[in-house]
Amino acid sequence: MPAKPEALEHHHIVRAFDEELARLTSTIVEMGGLAERQVADAMRALLEGDVELAARVIETDRQVDELEERIDQDAIKLLALRQPMAIDLRMIAMALKISNDLERISDYAVSIAKRSQRLAEHPVPKPLQQVAAIGHLSLGMVKDVLDAYVERDADKATAVWHRDKEVDRQYTSLFRELVTYMLEDPRTISTCIDLLFVAKNLERIADHATNIGEKIVYIIHGTEINRPRHEVE
Amino acid sequence: MQPSIAIAAPAAPRPVAAADPKVKSSIRNLNFYYGHLQALKNITMDIYEHAVTALIGPSGCGKSTLLRCFNRMHDLTPHTRYEGEIRLYPDDVNIVSPDVDPIEVRMRISMVFQKPNPFPKSIYENVAYGLRVRGIKSRSELDGRVEAALRGAALWEEVKDRLDEPGTALSGGQQQRLCIARALATDPEIILFDEPTSALDPIATASIEDLIISMSGNVTVVIVTHNMQQAARVSNYTAFMYLGELVEYGPTNELFTRPRQQRTSDYLTGRFG
Repeated sequence: MPAKPEALEHHHIVRAFDEELARLTSTIVEMGGLAERQVADAMRALLEGDVELAARVIETDRQVDELEERIDQDAIKLLALRQPMAIDLRMIAMALKISNDLERISDYAVSIAKRSQRLAEHPVPKPLQQVAAIGHLSLGMVKDVLDAYVERDADKATAVWHRDKEVDRQYTSLFRELVTYMLEDPRTISTCIDLLFVAKNLERIADHATNIGEKIVYIIHGTEINRPRHEVE
Repeated sequence: MQPSIAIAAPAAPRPVAAADPKVKSSIRNLNFYYGHLQALKNITMDIYEHAVTALIGPSGCGKSTLLRCFNRMHDLTPHTRYEGEIRLYPDDVNIVSPDVDPIEVRMRISMVFQKPNPFPKSIYENVAYGLRVRGIKSRSELDGRVEAALRGAALWEEVKDRLDEPGTALSGGQQQRLCIARALATDPEIILFDEPTSALDPIATASIEDLIISMSGNVTVVIVTHNMQQAARVSNYTAFMYLGELVEYGPTNELFTRPRQQRTSDYLTGRFG
């Protein structure tokens, strides 16, 4: 079990505050779970041509939006009624931002699901496997960053943050390959463009997982890893 | 009558602590004893000029004791003892040294207390009192300085037509501003506030806070408060004290968003230590 920040091991004197914070955290976790499953299902729908699964991914968007709304309201209420300080303040302010990242991840999954429905009508283009590889990386980042959130593990969050580079690299490489395909055979342009968008969506999903990683580190340590990438490397 | 400062009025901009702030006073290895009880343990910190410094901490942590050292209030209590230094600049005098006359110290460092305590005199005489003690007799000079002090305490407009009325006839918030005017009249270098709003309603509290923020451009302020939000609202620097020790001291913004010490974090977030 990774070490929690010490403050969280002590309870608030006002116990209702502990309960409200726990509810906020569990809503984030629930929302994250839904978004993660949307990404996984959207990729499966794409690879297996499963249009019904894609429809379910699109359908889940409403639930995710509802959870985001609940997080907004709970966080605003906590800010107004509890006047949180220090780690409590960081947790609540970052809940607002993390829920926004999760909502974006969910939207990208929906976008992938929609593309997968169109692609299901066409023969599978060859670079699909590279898209699947990017999907695997992005989904892994979403999963691990949510684990880091639940476990309050800044090291794990930072590790996710570092993985974003690999996704960017693979995306760039896929981009070049798809351009080559389209030049060789203009009849593939339509499907290649769809795949390119899917890959772009996956790359953005990884960016949002990276953002969440930054916010977890800020919650725990109050410091930023949100620096220009070249300073870190 | 209209309150002088409505809640909705734009607050005075909080002065930004200078990048390289000037030190007005240095506390060095300060210990303080009530008989055998050690109330302050080896406190070392700098108070910055023209900034607001808040002292926070649970009851009995020593914050009021520390504040009272600044104008030698403890001299009035038997069996008390200071060790260490509080150096006041620019002349670099140790104000807790027995060689320094506490009256001299109080000329330079005034104090505003928890409960408004105007003298049983007129509004005018409350403010003029300290000036008369300093030997100012000229009526025109007294008039000018009383008005300036009342303006500085944002009270002038409310009382200018009834300066002869007793200070005790004012509302609680006005009485506290009268006490601030009294403290300002003698042009002190530092003003100490000991829980200045704990007896006031939220609107009167807001007007005192606004006043503290705006006066800090001209005078150094040290404030003790039990209200952490108040410390967050008015101060540039905050010191957290616990059991007579200085646990953490830094820019208010940093202390309230990311305290470095676990004890500070537990206190700020209301957790069991």
